[in-house]
Amino acid sequence: MESGGYRGAGLKILSKYGVSVGDTVRVMTGDGEMSGVIMPRYESASEDYIVIKLKSGYNTGVEVSKVRSLEKLAGPAKAATADVQAPAQKPGLPKIALISTGGTIASKIDYRTGGVRAALSASELYASVPELAGIASVDPEVLMSEYSENLKPEHWTAIAEKVAEKVKLDRYDGIVVSHGTDTMHYTAAALSFALQGLPVPVVLVGAQRSSDRPSSDAALNLIGATTFAAKAPVAGVFVAMHSGTSDDAVAVHVGTRVRKNHTSRRDAFESIDVTPVALVKEGKAEMQSSGIELAQRGRGKLDAKTKFDSRVMLLKYHPGFDPDLIEHAAKAGYKAIILEGTGLGHVSKDCFSALKKAVGAGVMVCMASQCIWGRVSMTVYDTGRDLLDIGVIPLSDMISETATAKAMWALANAGDPKKAMQENMAGEISSAIPL
Amino acid sequence: MALPDPKTLDLKVGFEIHQQLGTQSKLFCNCSCKEAEQYDKAFMRRLRPTQSELGAYDPAAMFEFSKMRASEYHAASGTSCLVEADEEPPHEVNGEALDTALVFSLALHSKIMDEIHVMRKIVIDGSNTSGFQRTMLVAMGGHLDVAGKKVGVQSICLEEDASKVLGEGDGTRKYGLDRLGVPLVEIALEPVTGRPEEIMQVALTLGRLLRASKRVARGLGSIRQDVNVSVMGGAVVEVKGVQQLDQLVKVIEHETARQHGLVVISEKLREKGVDENSVGDRIDDATDVVGRSQSKVVKKIMSGPRPVFRAIRVRGFAGMLGFEPYPGIRLGKELGELVRFYDLGGVFHSDELPNYGISQEEVDAVKKKLELKEKDAFVIVGGPEDRVAYATDAIVRRLKAALAGVPAETRAATLDGRTVFSRPRPGAARMYPETDIPTIPVTSEKLESLAASVPRPWDEVVDGIASKYGLNKKLASQIFDSDYLQVFEGIAGSTKVQPTFVASKLTEDVTSLQRQGGDPSLLFDDMIMDVFQRLDAGAIAKESVALIFEKLMKKEAATVDEAIRALGVSSISDDELSAALDKVIADNMAVVREKGMGALSMLMGRSMAVLRGKADGQKINAMLKDKLGKLSK
Repeated sequence: MESGGYRGAGLKILSKYGVSVGDTVRVMTGDGEMSGVIMPRYESASEDYIVIKLKSGYNTGVEVSKVRSLEKLAGPAKAATADVQAPAQKPGLPKIALISTGGTIASKIDYRTGGVRAALSASELYASVPELAGIASVDPEVLMSEYSENLKPEHWTAIAEKVAEKVKLDRYDGIVVSHGTDTMHYTAAALSFALQGLPVPVVLVGAQRSSDRPSSDAALNLIGATTFAAKAPVAGVFVAMHSGTSDDAVAVHVGTRVRKNHTSRRDAFESIDVTPVALVKEGKAEMQSSGIELAQRGRGKLDAKTKFDSRVMLLKYHPGFDPDLIEHAAKAGYKAIILEGTGLGHVSKDCFSALKKAVGAGVMVCMASQCIWGRVSMTVYDTGRDLLDIGVIPLSDMISETATAKAMWALANAGDPKKAMQENMAGEISSAIPL
Repeated sequence: MALPDPKTLDLKVGFEIHQQLGTQSKLFCNCSCKEAEQYDKAFMRRLRPTQSELGAYDPAAMFEFSKMRASEYHAASGTSCLVEADEEPPHEVNGEALDTALVFSLALHSKIMDEIHVMRKIVIDGSNTSGFQRTMLVAMGGHLDVAGKKVGVQSICLEEDASKVLGEGDGTRKYGLDRLGVPLVEIALEPVTGRPEEIMQVALTLGRLLRASKRVARGLGSIRQDVNVSVMGGAVVEVKGVQQLDQLVKVIEHETARQHGLVVISEKLREKGVDENSVGDRIDDATDVVGRSQSKVVKKIMSGPRPVFRAIRVRGFAGMLGFEPYPGIRLGKELGELVRFYDLGGVFHSDELPNYGISQEEVDAVKKKLELKEKDAFVIVGGPEDRVAYATDAIVRRLKAALAGVPAETRAATLDGRTVFSRPRPGAARMYPETDIPTIPVTSEKLESLAASVPRPWDEVVDGIASKYGLNKKLASQIFDSDYLQVFEGIAGSTKVQPTFVASKLTEDVTSLQRQGGDPSLLFDDMIMDVFQRLDAGAIAKESVALIFEKLMKKEAATVDEAIRALGVSSISDDELSAALDKVIADNMAVVREKGMGALSMLMGRSMAVLRGKADGQKINAMLKDKLGKLSK
């Protein structure tokens, strides 16, 4: 029997009466009877209840200890599938590959079980977001289905290789990668280093409100990402998400300069120290001067280096920080530490000795700032100068999450990782921060 | 045709009451339930149906989506936050609100769910930023005692209120977020039979029971009634927006006539041998024929965007679209209301043509085009192409439904007690779990702790008020039914003013001022309290109370101070009073000399004219008597 999340007493009573999730039942309790469909139970909820969907559509929990009998009236009804005609594909449109990695940006929900699955075919996709059919001819492919908090550098490699494979086909005007939002900015940075010389835009897109809600931001974000991927005159790795709380514009950010700055808002993703490269509004991608030099579409030749070395630690300094952590990191085999220091790039002098030992042991120690906005300037105060003397590498205005992905990439691919960390490769270091 | 007795029609009426709760904060966040005075932020959203909603073929949802209507939301800090903006997951369910729903369930002897699940009910008209209304089933079954009879309870739900519509324009609907998320308890009663007046008694009794809990919001709009009406066992029609009980009587009468009329029409249609295949077996574009008409309605449509006219053939319906079993009840009118839902005005049928500037020649051309026979009818619908496509579909479905009689639908009550089509009834497929909020077990300990809060029956509560404050039963029930019970109890408990006087001012005087055009919503509890405290302190006279209320309710003063200044009714000292009375006597000395004590009533009248509201009438009378007595000696 499919357990549908039931454990303990709940699972036992369902088994006893030979009833499964999806069956229509009549439940007799001490208080009376009710009829409805057995629904799945969330794994984390108490085991002592079974969930019934009543005819009115309401779900309700029935305490197992009160159940006198459970009678199966009918087996599972066929799930109502969405047989909606997808709009016809217009001929002669740009071609886009849509790689799905997880999240629910274009998905179908089964109201019977409450489960969500990715939209698998182009027609399902167009049925879900009909506007897409008028923008591009989209080939969807599901690469993986992971919450983004579960993604590891190995997944970055898989995504980078899949993108490279699509680019090499020379068939697509752009690639869209749907992604859970929690770590989307790490993946964007990782792809920016792994896929240099891209001839087309690669646009990561996600949703802060899942697509099973009428208010989801998924559709507009997907339309924005697809429009930009299909039409923008530039190439490289980007992130496309809501520009504000309103459903009117999607901002496109450079992949190395973007950060998730809010837990729940639609406009959580922001460009750090620069302006977004484009705003997609009413079907048009309006390019903006971002302060980052971008590659032109069609010029580049892809140089894919897709390996990552995950032995990198991102360490945030705080008052009361234990310097031993640095020594432990070195002993544990980490090859690089990205320090998120205070202000212009500082940590307490208490850390100097540990840092000397780590650098001496060959660990690459870099400094980014926990201020998020602005550049580290380690020659202004004594502390900064002392840290430079120890051998800590200043990372200019590179944001710490980008620095972490870059260090993982540099350790696996660069001849001189220390030098690589200080060179601008994909817009992660800028020469001037606009006011 | 006279309407048959409701009993032979098997008229059944069920109530669904939405009662706003008197909680401090909203159902899923800590924002205040108060109305915003002004809005300081705005944003725009577009909702779209989720894919399975499309699959479930909800015409209303599809149409709302096809219009891609934008919603503009206006927010004010304190009354809404990221939760109402759909930018933050809901917080846990407001405990005070849930307790209230449980208390009501106990009072109605309803079976409380072992574990409560919050659900999302899809609503994509924009009134909820999320695209769904959060609602939870708290209890089922039970009964309400109405004048010795038991009326069954179907369900008791706790849900969030929708945004307030602020206006409409440019394809955008404007909403205020202050009302979104305010807790409501929805109580659905079993349908009952009976005269409209008896049915009204049911709503009144339920309302009183809820108010007796002292856990509900008071005032206009704090309780809303939907009425489900069915006749002869037919489909249930839900009527929304019945605000006043006297309106309800008319709504029930109207729906009885309408539904029975539709049944009569369906019988006639069946007699004529019409079946579903007769409706819309042929639908032609008639833009070439109708579009050239000199009709004002047609000209207006033709000057609009992408104009088309479609003609629908309806075989065997001749005479039936205009047939009126009761005044104003006909299929043609139902079609008119239906197309308005699709924002269209242009619908004509063959029973009413030629008319509206459409000529016999044009009618003949449509008939020829559709190859109409003598007994056939047609319907023409015109407007922008995409909307006409939806409307054509809806008209065909509606006429097919006419064969069965009454379609299940949601209608809106008009102020004069009629009903108009508002949308098809949504089904159970629109509900799915709110996964952001854990399920809530209801323990027996919890229910025991709430037992003491269960409100007593209305009669007992009124008797209690009467004996506690020395009111007669009529006045006690009036103050209970008014919006001022709470402030009345506050005044009676904290001042020495006679409770009978306070109660009569808050019921009879306020009602009479309301009849004269005063607005009771301008009279706030804190103002009322202030007025009676001043009276208690002797700063104003009894006569001033109603005068101050009048200034406030007629918007002639914004504060109690302003009202007192405007009226010039601040109390005067005994010396001032004595001097004022001396002046009145001096001015009328001739009469005083002639009549002596007999001049008292005349002097009283003159004095009151100058001193009303500044001094107590009895005091004036006593002082005048004293002065006259001295003079007479």
